Amino acid sequence: MIGDQIEVSVVDIKGDQVKLGIDAPRSVKVFRQEVYQAIQLENRAAAKTPADLPQIESMLDPQSGGNTIAPNNPTE
Amino acid sequence: MITKTKPFGEIEVDERQKLSFPNGILGFENLNTFVLLDAAQPPFYWLQSTEEPDVAFVLIDPLFFKPDYIPDISPSDLEEIEIENSEDQLVFAIVTIPEKQELMTANLQGPIIVNKRRKLGRQSISRNPRWLVRHFILQELAAVKDRAC
Repeated sequence: MIGDQIEVSVVDIKGDQVKLGIDAPRSVKVFRQEVYQAIQLENRAAAKTPADLPQIESMLDPQSGGNTIAPNNPTE
Repeated sequence: MITKTKPFGEIEVDERQKLSFPNGILGFENLNTFVLLDAAQPPFYWLQSTEEPDVAFVLIDPLFFKPDYIPDISPSDLEEIEIENSEDQLVFAIVTIPEKQELMTANLQGPIIVNKRRKLGRQSISRNPRWLVRHFILQELAAVKDRAC
């Protein structure tokens, strides 16, 4: 037992591998379900990413000193 | 083999580039064959479904912006795609790029694991609670560069 709500049992033994079964109350399963759902949702959003991807390098802030470039001032 | 792709239209893809995802990926369990393509914009890749031309995921190597990333995947997940040692293994994060592109995020909690030798793949869930479904790539990249100075 883990605590007084979660029961772990040995389901199978193959050589040096032990397969465990976990019996847990609904609240524990809900947490796991939330993770699955969050990832599913994120995957669906990710599938909508349009084909023209940004160039990461050009999106990073220039860290070096020197002339500051005003946002409206077009540079090369 | 000719494959219809979201980023490149119809292209010729070598049979050997085909990856089999027996369980698909979460929310897309019915899609079981993909090809991995370099994006025109490094450091991204595309995981293109060969069954649904509109379904393609942008991937990134997590180490690009999170150099200490270890996916921490259960051994049974790795066994499912027959990974016997780390040399067989490729790890990617699925990227979500919203309209405001600078807010792009990567899913480090549910990485894509590929066995490059056996051409198998799956999406696994990390056992490390540190990894989230959304990490802001540009922010984390800036933090890496700051530390490197």
